[in-house]
Amino acid sequence: MGASAQLQQQLSHIHNQHLLKVYEKQIGPKRAFFSVQAYRHWLSKAFVAWVLGTCCIALWIYNYMDEDSKLRRKELLESMCDQRARMLQDQFIVSVNHVHALAILVSSFHYFKNPSAIDQATFAEYTARTAFERPLLSGVAYAERVPNSEREEFERKHGWTIKTMQREASPIRDEYAPVILSQETVSYIQSIDMMSGEEDRDNILRARSTGTAVITGPFRLLGSHHLGVVLTFPVYKSKLPPSSTEQQRIEATAGYLGGAFDVESLVENLLGQLAGNQAILVNVYDVTNSSDPLIMYGHEDQAGDMSLVLESKLDFRDPFRRHKMVCRYHDDAPWNSSAIVTTILFSMTGILVGYILYGAGNHIVRIEDERNEMEELKSRAEAADVAKSQFLATVSHEIRTPMNGVLGMLALLLDTDLSSTQRDYAQTAQACGKALITLINEVLDRAKIEAGKLDLETVPFDLRSVVDDVLSLFSEKSRNKGIELAVFVSDNVPELVVGDPGRFRQVITNLVGNSVKFTERGHIFLRVHLEEHAKAVTDSKANISSTLNEEESDESMLLSGSQQSTTLSGSEAADEWDSWDTFKYFVAEEGFTMNGSSNGGTSYEEATGNVITLRVCVEDTGIGIPLTAQDRVFMPFMQADSSTSRTYGGTGIGLSISKCLVELMGGQIKFVSRPHVGSTFTFTAVLGRCEKNAVNKTEKKRNAEDLPSSFKGLKVVIVDAKPVRAAVTRYHLKRLGIVVEVASSVKVAANTLAPGVDLLKCRKSSQPDIVLVEKDTWFSGEERCSPVWPVDREQNGHISTQKLPKMILIATNISKSEVERAKEAGFEDTVIMKPLRASMVAACLQQVLGTGRKKSQGKGSSSYLQSLLCGKKILVVDDNRVNRRVAAGALKKFGANVECADSGKAALELLQIPHGFDACFMDIQMPEMDGFEATRRIRQMEKQANEQLEAEGSIAEEGKDGWHLPVLAMTADVIHATYDECVKSGMDGYVSKPFEEQNLYQAVAKFFQDKPISGS
Amino acid sequence: MPLHHYRPPPNHGGITSTQQQQVTHQPPAMDVLSQSRRQLADYTNSLHRDGFLDDQFSQLQQLQDESSPDFVMEVVSLFFEDCQKLVTNMARALSELQAVDFKQVDSSVHQLKGSSSSVGAARIKNLCVAFKTCCDSQNRDGCMRCLQEVNRECVLLKNKLQTLFRLEQQIISAGGSIPM
Repeated sequence: MGASAQLQQQLSHIHNQHLLKVYEKQIGPKRAFFSVQAYRHWLSKAFVAWVLGTCCIALWIYNYMDEDSKLRRKELLESMCDQRARMLQDQFIVSVNHVHALAILVSSFHYFKNPSAIDQATFAEYTARTAFERPLLSGVAYAERVPNSEREEFERKHGWTIKTMQREASPIRDEYAPVILSQETVSYIQSIDMMSGEEDRDNILRARSTGTAVITGPFRLLGSHHLGVVLTFPVYKSKLPPSSTEQQRIEATAGYLGGAFDVESLVENLLGQLAGNQAILVNVYDVTNSSDPLIMYGHEDQAGDMSLVLESKLDFRDPFRRHKMVCRYHDDAPWNSSAIVTTILFSMTGILVGYILYGAGNHIVRIEDERNEMEELKSRAEAADVAKSQFLATVSHEIRTPMNGVLGMLALLLDTDLSSTQRDYAQTAQACGKALITLINEVLDRAKIEAGKLDLETVPFDLRSVVDDVLSLFSEKSRNKGIELAVFVSDNVPELVVGDPGRFRQVITNLVGNSVKFTERGHIFLRVHLEEHAKAVTDSKANISSTLNEEESDESMLLSGSQQSTTLSGSEAADEWDSWDTFKYFVAEEGFTMNGSSNGGTSYEEATGNVITLRVCVEDTGIGIPLTAQDRVFMPFMQADSSTSRTYGGTGIGLSISKCLVELMGGQIKFVSRPHVGSTFTFTAVLGRCEKNAVNKTEKKRNAEDLPSSFKGLKVVIVDAKPVRAAVTRYHLKRLGIVVEVASSVKVAANTLAPGVDLLKCRKSSQPDIVLVEKDTWFSGEERCSPVWPVDREQNGHISTQKLPKMILIATNISKSEVERAKEAGFEDTVIMKPLRASMVAACLQQVLGTGRKKSQGKGSSSYLQSLLCGKKILVVDDNRVNRRVAAGALKKFGANVECADSGKAALELLQIPHGFDACFMDIQMPEMDGFEATRRIRQMEKQANEQLEAEGSIAEEGKDGWHLPVLAMTADVIHATYDECVKSGMDGYVSKPFEEQNLYQAVAKFFQDKPISGS
Repeated sequence: MPLHHYRPPPNHGGITSTQQQQVTHQPPAMDVLSQSRRQLADYTNSLHRDGFLDDQFSQLQQLQDESSPDFVMEVVSLFFEDCQKLVTNMARALSELQAVDFKQVDSSVHQLKGSSSSVGAARIKNLCVAFKTCCDSQNRDGCMRCLQEVNRECVLLKNKLQTLFRLEQQIISAGGSIPM
């Protein structure tokens, strides 16, 4: 049992993998990544900050670049200002020096010479001619110092009176300084007392006391209205020592030489000579009184760039007075275009980048939002889908229950006495109800699969009988339509496989049903192979096909005698793989293995482990599937087109269910279809292999019981021109243990027969017992062969009629006249109607051979049960005495010797080893000790006993596997969980309560295979 | 049981079945017998139709043969004895003024359900399902109601079956056998 549990695990593992895949798809891998989502509220703030930051940096860049240009501008201004100041100063000093020289001239020639060498004319002449030396001075003049005491003398000498600045006769003063010598340009100041002007007087006093040149503050000059200053030099009568005191100098003063500087025109002139004159504004100030600067040049309120003002000091050699030059640009500093452009470009770039990032962030956030929303929607949709499936499952189930009631009632109704109309109505209602319940079952299946609630059983079952069952379902239909329906199961496929027979059958039924539905002529061919085998054959075929092809085509032409293709019925099939070309390799292989071992295909059985993969093909020659519809064949509720459902009916759900089921079984389903040629559906399924010893035992017994063994050793010749068809027939006969030979025509068969007839006397065994002739082959070659048979028959007829081979016709459909003709040709009355099934063939052969056993006419399973249970000692454990009595009654009916126990404890007492019970039926729900517990105790007891036996070494002698009492659970609610529990606690199976014959039969058959009461 | 949707009809073979139909033609002399047989069949059908009995009862009838001629009667009487006992038990349990031992009631209902399904007493079985639901929800009034109904159904079924057995007895005493 351990191996079977392992197998079950293995299978469920395969199925789980499929489920797992589905789940993975649903959930999807969780990804971890940096989420903009978490910072979504910061996005706009971050953007603003970014823009601000960019602007700051841009400003900084602007400032940096502007600073540079400002510096250069300042430097330029500085240098220009300095240059102007130096030039002005130099020019001024040069002029001063000239005036100084004039002063010395006057002192030298006016005072030191006696009489004076200079008069007004000379002076004017000289000064006029040396005026170029003093471009800054509008004119020079010499004023003599005249004390009041000497005024009269002086006035007399010169012939004019001393005048004031206002051209009036000067009032009496201490001293006077009338101009005596003057340049022509300033001749209007002749005889004017210089001391009468405030400015001049200060100047004169200061000059004579210091002994140097002095200048006045700026004032409006007399002649012009230009601003100007007056330069005054003292002229001494005698040469003074450098260290002379102030008093000495005043004393020695003889007169004063003065010149008027027209500062305004002077500076104008000067600046005019310099480059960049227009660019800057220059002001010259007298800043002797620092709090009140006096303007010497330029306009105080002139506009200009006030932001940048530079000062340069001017030194006019007058220690008493200080001057300065102020420069500034005429225009405001021009905009720094490169800085501005750079800044703008930078900020634009920055803002753009920021905007792009912001936009990207926003986009990501939006996409993520949408993604979340979609995920939400998706999960909701999925949930809705699951809910839908569950709802469907529930509703289907709920509908099914009352429907079953309706159907049951209809069945009961049909049993009553009804008028024909009533019966018709009731039958129609029943048919409709059945159709409805089929649909509901399909929908339920589909929903269950979608809801992931469909579990597959893992029980051993006989594949061949399942396939035969399916065939029997459709035999009527196919016969009516006149299409050939055939099944072939490769010998490599074990008799018993472990899986879900119901689901397996469902898939095959669906495929075959479709084929039957859509096929109007030709054939439907169902084949089951081992996947490994099929692969191997395909490979080997591919390898040698090129060499064999020509030879093959010749042979097949010869065999069929026509241009038809070599499929089952001769009609073309969609998938060429299925034609005889390939198929014969299967047959060949099997023929080989059949010789090798009687059990068949051992090499493959041993090669693979506990799991086998089956490949099932359903080939038909129907209308095919339109190319456009081929990719949605497996979608639920999809049919080729709407006209299909009108013509053929059906919901189109079957194939999708089949697909799901096949996938649950760990296989795949696919198809090849050519419109108007046919379709071939192929699916694979992973099934378990039954344990070896169990297989061997049960296999033989089942065969012996299910299919009569009385044909073992019979020899049959099959006459069939079509090798595929012959192979199918041979397969069924071989299952009955019949030795088979194949002949391609009646003639060939006759030839093999003829020597047999000759050898009849010496070698009986070579004589075939039966000749099976395919109808088509017979009638196509009738003219040729009919003479052969009767002659044959007449020759031997009187010698030993019984020994002659019986001739049986195999046909899909046959008409009355054909039967007559066949009878005339010597065939038996019985015609074996296709589709062939082993049990049906057996029945026909029995009928023909007259060896039919009376027993087999009764109910098969009932008699079988009887044979299984007869004489068996069985313990029934149930606390409910009604149940107990009924179970006991049912088992007694089958000849069993029944004992009862009303509790688990009582059962345990009865089952103390050694006991004589063959089986135990155990109720699960019992007070005190339930069925599970009781079984566990039983198993424990058995284990101890077995260990003891083993220790004594007596197992081998007894030929037993130790104690193992089959314990079957009896339960009313048969659900899978209960079954699992049953297995877990060591039970061998379960039967539903109340007993059903079929169910009981299935459960019991497993355990009593080894000791049947032999039927014959 | 998993759903086998395409349970093939047994022996759907290619050859015509040699099995004979169960319809047997009675000689005219046994007219009375055939009449009471019809009566029995009608009555059985009516019991099935009204849902008193289901297939299981027919199965029981099939189990009855020469070796155990009173099998059905025996089982049925066992069933009614049990019924009586269980109903009494439950009535006692439910009439407890303090806490009702629903566990005990539940186990009784379970027993009754098992028995009734074994016998094929469909109505009682269905009632048991409802009863069990009431029990699970500890609905005392519901339980009482169910119990009363069960009691009534038991009596009803008893009467019906007695009639059935009487009909059978008539047939047997008339020298016929009961068709299964």
